[in-house]
Amino acid sequence: MKKNYRNPIGVKKYTGLLLIMPFIIGFIVFTAYPFISSFLLGLTDYNGIRQMNFIGAENYTRMLTDSGFHNAALVTLKYTVILVPLKLLFSLLTALIMNLEIRGIGIYRTIFYIPSILGSNLAIVIMWQFLFTSEGLANQLLEAVGLAPVGWYGDSAASMGIIILLRLWEFGSTMIIFLNALRDIPKEYYEAAKVDGCGRIRGFFAITLPLLKNVIFLNLVLQIIAAMQEFNAPYMITAGGPLKSTYTLGMLIYDEMFKYHNVGYANGLSWVMFMMIAVIVGIMSKLTGRFREEA
Amino acid sequence: MKKTCIYILLTIGGIIMIYPLLWLVGASFKSNDEIFTSWWFIPESLDFSVYKRAWQTVTDYSMGHYFFNTFAIIIPKTFFAVVSSVLTAYGFARFDFPLKKLFYMLFMGSMFMPAIVTIMPMYLMWSRLGALDTYIPLTIPALFAVEGSFVFMLIQFFKGIPKEYDEAARIDGCNSIQILVHILMPCIQPVIVSISVFTFLWTMNDFLTPLIMISSIEKYPLSLILRLSADSTGNGYEQCKILAMSVIGLIPSITVFALAQKKFISGITAGGLSG
Repeated sequence: MKKNYRNPIGVKKYTGLLLIMPFIIGFIVFTAYPFISSFLLGLTDYNGIRQMNFIGAENYTRMLTDSGFHNAALVTLKYTVILVPLKLLFSLLTALIMNLEIRGIGIYRTIFYIPSILGSNLAIVIMWQFLFTSEGLANQLLEAVGLAPVGWYGDSAASMGIIILLRLWEFGSTMIIFLNALRDIPKEYYEAAKVDGCGRIRGFFAITLPLLKNVIFLNLVLQIIAAMQEFNAPYMITAGGPLKSTYTLGMLIYDEMFKYHNVGYANGLSWVMFMMIAVIVGIMSKLTGRFREEA
Repeated sequence: MKKTCIYILLTIGGIIMIYPLLWLVGASFKSNDEIFTSWWFIPESLDFSVYKRAWQTVTDYSMGHYFFNTFAIIIPKTFFAVVSSVLTAYGFARFDFPLKKLFYMLFMGSMFMPAIVTIMPMYLMWSRLGALDTYIPLTIPALFAVEGSFVFMLIQFFKGIPKEYDEAARIDGCNSIQILVHILMPCIQPVIVSISVFTFLWTMNDFLTPLIMISSIEKYPLSLILRLSADSTGNGYEQCKILAMSVIGLIPSITVFALAQKKFISGITAGGLSG
């Protein structure tokens, strides 16, 4: 049977296809090709100069015994597991406050949003590095309230803390996504619940949270992908130190590729990172229910 | 009473959010001594000559040169991103065509593709094409609607515009492109502003792509020259100079955000996208 395409009269069935041509070409050249190419390179010993040899899963078996990789994977997972829940919780709580209709809230919204749009600008990263030097602003403030200064760059937990704090400070964009979703919830729901004698806190758990399920999942996935790939901040602020305690997978892949020119191994690593992200997102999606797709 | 509590909470939060930026501006006028002894952001004296020195950078070129480079990337990229995203979103939102479901799935999937997987083969591809150390790898991909979130935002917006508009225009003899340009484009103006602003900000923030693709100092965008300066300034060095360079480096982003804020915020609120 011939399929009917629901188009206005006079529109050919290929018009739409023609319009999305930029995407189709872009998908092939900038997504599908590098994705497959990366997988194939991961099965070789290519180093940019020598003839490329197919070595099967050798890069992957090497990872099993590569303590540098184990460390980087652990650092990255630890970073993601600490940062993402904190950031989501913080964003959601702030969004709930920002959703209140009180005077002047617009100014606060802008102020909370600004750090996230400046985001990973190098200028911000440099500033952050300064804030946590031994006599920097962070320690000055700690001393001002009578606490002992921290040797931020000498301590592995504190170094990780610097980077987590930077990314937490940039929670504004996540907050805005939550805020938009909160605004879409009809007020009548809460009014009806109130008539039924449902309090604010119960209203949050019974109405708000279930309706936010999809957007929570979306934010979760976006934040996990971003956190797993973290590169700029540890590269510039801590240089992965001390003792590789902030040396993320992103940094390891960058070094293998551009410092040591182990193209094959670096691509194998990037595929492992991809699989890690896919598995984590898969588990999350099982836990939070199916992610709604709008076609 | 409850309201007062909220205001106090918000104000404390707001100060925490904004204070590092104020500190950065203040510290750019301070001596090394003052930076590391006083937490208060207002400097003891205002000496603008540091900005003159910062403008000279640590290379043979001035900040003006690097601003020019950055805009040579941003302007074509923004234009490309707007045109390609609008066409793609228009196709998905308003037309039915063979394999539409498949392409839409691929499109949704591509939004979640981690950049780290694709960047190395891209580097090798540009290298083979002899395009390394040019702005081609930084700008040309934007021609092909690579920023899925822009397309997604536009599709949502197109869906909000009644199809009757299109039909009326079609009866009056408009073709598909004329409908897009004359009828739909005016309606989606806020999204186009958002896309432009996001492209601007993200390009200003992008560090990894130019770090990999651009190697000669004279072609560096702002982010790379900031890194170079930060790396080449040791401990004894005048810290305020690199801080002043950072302030200069933030000015374009802050200006664009301030100028576009009204339209931009309405665009992201309606389209449901940010960051």
